[in-house]
Amino acid sequence: MNLEVKEPIDLVRLSLGEKIYIKMRGDRELRGTLHAFDQHLNIVLSNVEEVLTVIEIDEETNEEIMKTTRRNFEMLYIRGDGIIAIAPPKRF
Amino acid sequence: MLFYQLFKSLIGQTITIELKNDIMITGKLISVDQFLNLKLSDVQGTDPKKNPILSSLKTCFIRGNVIRYVLLPQDQIDTQLLKESAIKEAAKIKEEERKMQNRK
Repeated sequence: MNLEVKEPIDLVRLSLGEKIYIKMRGDRELRGTLHAFDQHLNIVLSNVEEVLTVIEIDEETNEEIMKTTRRNFEMLYIRGDGIIAIAPPKRF
Repeated sequence: MLFYQLFKSLIGQTITIELKNDIMITGKLISVDQFLNLKLSDVQGTDPKKNPILSSLKTCFIRGNVIRYVLLPQDQIDTQLLKESAIKEAAKIKEEERKMQNRK
């Protein structure tokens, strides 16, 4: 396998089998192990944790309260059109 | 074509689909096409109170673009094969793009 990063999608290709972070539309974030992707960024992840962030405004104090809901999935197909950004695992 | 093949291999299995409007639908996968539209039978909405219509359906067709997630049965997925197919697919697309460039 070619280890060069020439095109953006190469970054995704080199993350196969590794834990990645995905930012999705609708204030959703996913973390899981990348198993497959295609040119549309349709993706299959395993051991996924989804974090959904909702901002609620307290009616009395007008304070913004961040609420997070977490869900876990064993194996998940994600349609590419909802994806905003993908971050590979940190390499040191 | 990678995900088309993946869904084809899952025909007959029970899967859960989450739509972009947060509706969850569980059913047996009947067929899939190139746009990743899915056809399900024995449909059940996972929250019958929220979507009573879903429980009155036997089969349904879901347009691919309204799908957010599909929860897959983990034991039916060969992750090694998936990884290899993804690498091959990426290489194939690059090759096709290179050919297109040369033609210009």
